[in-house]
Amino acid sequence: MATITELENISTQVRRDIIRMVNGVSSGHPGGSLGCADVMTALYFEVMDLDTANYKRDGKGEDMFFLSNGHISPVLYSVLARRGYFLVSELATFRKLGTRLQGHPSVHDELPGVRQASGSLGQGLSVGIGAALAKKFDSCDKLVYTLHGDGELQEGQIWEAIMFAGANKVDNLISIIDVNGLQIDGSTDQVCSLGNLRAKFEAFDWSIVEMNGNDMTDVIRGLNQAKAQAKQGKPVVVLMQTQMGFGVDFMQNKNKWHGTAPNDEQAAQALAQLKETLGDY
Amino acid sequence: MKEYPQLGSKDTRSGFGEGLLEAGKRNENVVALCADLIGSVRMDLFQEAFPERMIECGIAESNMIGIAAGLALSGKVAFASSFAAFATGRVYDQIRQAVAYSNTNVKIAGSHAGITLGEDGATHQILEDIGMMKMLPNMVVLNPCDHNQTKAATIAAAEYDGPVYIRYGRPKVPVFIPEDMPFEIGKALVLNEGTDVTLVATGHLVWEALQAAKILEEEGISAEVIDIHTIKPLDNEAILKSVAKTNCLVGCEEHQYNGGLNESLAQLLVRNNPKPMEFIGIDDSFGESGTPDALMEKYGLKAQNIVEAAKRVIARK
Repeated sequence: MATITELENISTQVRRDIIRMVNGVSSGHPGGSLGCADVMTALYFEVMDLDTANYKRDGKGEDMFFLSNGHISPVLYSVLARRGYFLVSELATFRKLGTRLQGHPSVHDELPGVRQASGSLGQGLSVGIGAALAKKFDSCDKLVYTLHGDGELQEGQIWEAIMFAGANKVDNLISIIDVNGLQIDGSTDQVCSLGNLRAKFEAFDWSIVEMNGNDMTDVIRGLNQAKAQAKQGKPVVVLMQTQMGFGVDFMQNKNKWHGTAPNDEQAAQALAQLKETLGDY
Repeated sequence: MKEYPQLGSKDTRSGFGEGLLEAGKRNENVVALCADLIGSVRMDLFQEAFPERMIECGIAESNMIGIAAGLALSGKVAFASSFAAFATGRVYDQIRQAVAYSNTNVKIAGSHAGITLGEDGATHQILEDIGMMKMLPNMVVLNPCDHNQTKAATIAAAEYDGPVYIRYGRPKVPVFIPEDMPFEIGKALVLNEGTDVTLVATGHLVWEALQAAKILEEEGISAEVIDIHTIKPLDNEAILKSVAKTNCLVGCEEHQYNGGLNESLAQLLVRNNPKPMEFIGIDDSFGESGTPDALMEKYGLKAQNIVEAAKRVIARK
C-alpha cells in the first residue's frame, strides 16, 4: 500500500508530465487532466486490482478502467506510463505523427492500457456497462471503473446508459464524474445547468459517493467507499468535486485552460509550482 | 440458363433469426442486444434458447451500440439489432468510434432495410445504410439475397473476428439459394454464366436479376448474373473477370446509387476497365408508403427494369 505522501508525489509528477506534453506540441487539454491527476493516480497506484505485467485488452481477471472524456488523454497516458504499461520516454511522442499516444485515445496501435477509443463524448458509460456485463457473464468478481466530465453529462446517450445501469442493477460498475463546473463555453450552469446531480442519480437508482477529487486523503476514502458500496444491487457513482487546472495557480478554475496549451513561458511558470518527484521523461 | 427453382417464400429477417440461433449454439460467447424489437428483428428464437444471453436495452440504440462494444472488447461476440434505419443512421457516431475505429467484434444487424419495408414509409425505409457502413474503415458489409443466404451470412458473421454490418428485410421473398450453398465473406457467387451483359445484384434484387436473365435469354441475350452478398470487401476479381467477357454491366440494388453497390462498381470499372454501366436503384430520393411490390415497381427495381437497362447498356458498347 502506498502512503498518501507517495501518491501525492506521483500525482505531482503526473501534473508535470501533463504540462510538458501539451506544451511540447502546443496543443491538447491540460485543464481537466490536471484536475483528474489525483483520482487517476489513486486508481492506478492504489485502488484498482491490475495485472500490468500481463495486460490484455479483454481485461479478464482484473479491474478495468474506461476514460469516457477522452480529451484528458494526457493524464491517462502519464499515469499508464508511470505505472509501467509502456516506457515513460514515449510520453514525448504525444500527438506527434506516428505516435501511439493519439490526441484522443485510440486502440489502433495497441497502446497497452487503452481498451477503447474515446473522444466523441457520452459513449464511455455504455462501453463500461458492456464490460461490466461481460464480467458477470464470466463470473468474474472484478470491477469496472469509468470517468466522465460533468459537461459530458449533457449528452443524451449518458442518460440512456444511466437508466439502463440502474434498471439492470449493474452493480460491478463505479462511474466517477469530474464535477469541476466548467466546460468550453463557460460554466456548466451558464451553458446548460446539470441541476441536482445527486438527486438525478438517486432517481435513477444509483448508489452515491461524494468526495473532494483534489485531496488525496479524501480521494482514497471516497474510492474505498465506492468499492464498499459496489455489488450491493446498484451501480455506484462518485460525484467528485475538482478544480479544472488544479495544481497550477494561474490555470486553476479557469475554463480557458480546457483545451489551451501553455506557451513556453507559462509552462516554465507552471513547472516551477510542481516539484519533479520521479524524474521527467 | 442455370435454373434456380423457387424453394418457398420467406422473409430474410427469419434467416437472420435462425442463423443467430445456430451461432449461439456453436459459441457460448455469442450474445444478443436489442432495442425493444426482439420479435420484429427475429431475435426471439435466440431469446427462447438463451434467455440469459439476450440483453434488452429498451428504446436506446446509442447505449445499445456502446454496451455491445464493451461486451465485444471483453471477449464476447455481440450482435446488436434494430430496424436498419435506427441501427445505422441514428447511431452512426457510436458505430464509428466504439465499433469501427475501436475495431470491436460487434455485429450490427439491420432489419427492415430498404424500400420493401413497405407501408411504414420513408422514416423507416433506410436507403443510405450501405453507404454509411461501407465508408467506415474496418467494417465488413453484408447484404444477403434470401432466407437461406441470410442464415449462412449470419453464421459467417459470428465466426468472423471484427465489425460487420448485416442488412436484411421484412417481406416474404422467394427462397432460391440452396441450403448447402457455401458462404464465404467477400466471395461473390456467379449464379449464371453469360456473354453479352453482366448483371451484378445484391439483396432482394438478386432474384429480380435472375428473372431478368431469363427474359433476356428468351430474346437471345446471354446475361451473366453475379450475387454480391458482400458489398465490402467487394469481390473485384469476379466482377472484372465477368466484365472482361461481357464488356458492360448493370448494377442492381435496393438502395441509393450514391454510396451503394453501384458506386462501388463504378469505381472499380473506372479504375480498371472503363466500360458502359447502367444503374438500377434509388436515384437520390426518399421512399414512401405502399406495398413492397408496388414500391419496387414505382421505383424501377423490377426484373423488367433490369431487362431494359441491360438492353440500353449493350447498345452503348
